[in-house]
Amino acid sequence: MRSDRFLLICLLVGGAVFAGAIALGNDYYFFAGYVVLQYVVLSTAWNILGGYCGYVNFGSAAFFALGAYSTIAIHKLYPMPIPVLLIFGGVVSGVVGFAMGYLTLRLRGAFFAIATLALAVVLQTLIVNWDFVGGSRGAYIVRPEAIAPFGSYIRYLFLIMMLLAVGAITVARLIERSRLGYGFATIRDDELAAEASGVPTLRLKLIATTISGALMGMAGAPFPYYISFLQPSSAFSLDYAVNSIAMPLIGGTTSWVGPLIGAVLLGSLQQIATVTISSAVNLLIVGFLLVGFVMVAPNGIVGLFHKYIQHRPVGQVGQVGRRRIAADAPGSVSGPVSGPAP
Amino acid sequence: MTQLLEVDNLGKRFGGFVALENISLAVRPGECVGLIGPNGSGKSTLVNCICGTLHNEAGSVHFDGHLLDGSTAHQRTRRGLARTFQLPRPFASLCLLDNVRIPLLYTVEARGARRSAPDIEARCLDLLREVGLEGKALQLPRDLTQVEMRKLELARAMAAEPKLLIADESMAGLTHSEVEEILGLLKRLNGQGVTIILIEHIMSAVMSFSQRLVVLVSGRKIADGEPNEVVRNPEVERAYLGQ
Repeated sequence: MRSDRFLLICLLVGGAVFAGAIALGNDYYFFAGYVVLQYVVLSTAWNILGGYCGYVNFGSAAFFALGAYSTIAIHKLYPMPIPVLLIFGGVVSGVVGFAMGYLTLRLRGAFFAIATLALAVVLQTLIVNWDFVGGSRGAYIVRPEAIAPFGSYIRYLFLIMMLLAVGAITVARLIERSRLGYGFATIRDDELAAEASGVPTLRLKLIATTISGALMGMAGAPFPYYISFLQPSSAFSLDYAVNSIAMPLIGGTTSWVGPLIGAVLLGSLQQIATVTISSAVNLLIVGFLLVGFVMVAPNGIVGLFHKYIQHRPVGQVGQVGRRRIAADAPGSVSGPVSGPAP
Repeated sequence: MTQLLEVDNLGKRFGGFVALENISLAVRPGECVGLIGPNGSGKSTLVNCICGTLHNEAGSVHFDGHLLDGSTAHQRTRRGLARTFQLPRPFASLCLLDNVRIPLLYTVEARGARRSAPDIEARCLDLLREVGLEGKALQLPRDLTQVEMRKLELARAMAAEPKLLIADESMAGLTHSEVEEILGLLKRLNGQGVTIILIEHIMSAVMSFSQRLVVLVSGRKIADGEPNEVVRNPEVERAYLGQ
């Protein structure tokens, strides 16, 4: 499917969800839906670096918080509309993502993961000691009650996060099906072989850290308006780091659809648990599901689905490939010749 | 004649261990050079230094008239220097077709040769057909046998359209007939104008393939010349052939 058609379908689905939430006539659905959509963006962003490139980032909360605190800083200087704040948050977090990528160029595996964790700790310490954005006391943003033509402000925030989620998914899908996506996959599989095949691994890693960081920052930018009172412990919450890893792992990391499924499934479960049991069980749910999936379906729900339809490679094959293989070597191909991209 | 590859007084250390010492080597375009030596003699280190995986501390490497020192591995590949690995390193999550697609996307296109997606795919299938893997184009590398894995490595190296291919023990662990298959592929590639450096322990294969033989022992080059003369060299016999 062409990317413009995909984007259109995403927008239509997003519009339908928005209309459905309005039809339910209760603003709580917008509050809960906002969180789920925020996780869709975070997990999709995490997956660009962690899933496509195989670099596990434990510092998602830091990028998210950077977006949120850039909103606080700009709001104090000169209040601006949220779409502009999204861009600022994205730029700040993207620049930090680029810097993190540059400083950790030669770190891999656990060493890279620890470096990202260290980044989160360093940034949280900086924010706690930066009075301009509230420091350890936190900062308030008084959210308007209503905004035309959406009615309540939470509907407006929900719509913005919905558009951001659509944008993040479209970007992830575009990457996945592009030359860049192939390059990311080679980094995940074998960097040495990738370099030997002409792939500029360091440059691609920088691109991945920048895009991933920018999207996480954009997810964080409207957060102060959502929560009204931002403090370091809420912006740098462990929930963001854990969920943004767990959701793609549960959904499946090799495709854009994995983080989406994981975020919708886990995010909704958490929201239901929050109102029916307690918000304290959120991470318990994540833990149980993660352990279960690691044991039963290490490739996530998408992997289970592939296994179900049959054992087939995840690679892309276009029309020429299909035709020629079918014509030249009938019966020699192990699986169906059409299917999802890597 | 201008040399395609010129290695000049190359040196490499790992801490206190001298892996390569003053290695000089020149390879002409179209030549088939065998590189032999006992385990630990520095063959793979030399390949890694030439290909940019490791950086040499002394000496220089020129390829096709360009000084390669300081350039990264992918830049060297784009200049036309391809390699296979001693232990096959396929891209495990990509099907064979995509494994071969990568060098076409990142090496050949980087040289300015823009191709449409169907053209690239057609070329990938041609390469897989050349090594006899077209029928498995959509399978993952984990489904391949050892010899097929070696063939995939060769196909991927060929996809980069190299001027020089360094085949690092491409026949290790293969049966006699499989060795003949790989040798046939390398000869065909050489027939297409690709210069080849063959690193191998299987002497019959090296002797039948190489126009020139280079011998490394303990990081030093001890012989370089016509294969039949080199194997009669007393120092080579003592150090490598054990006679």
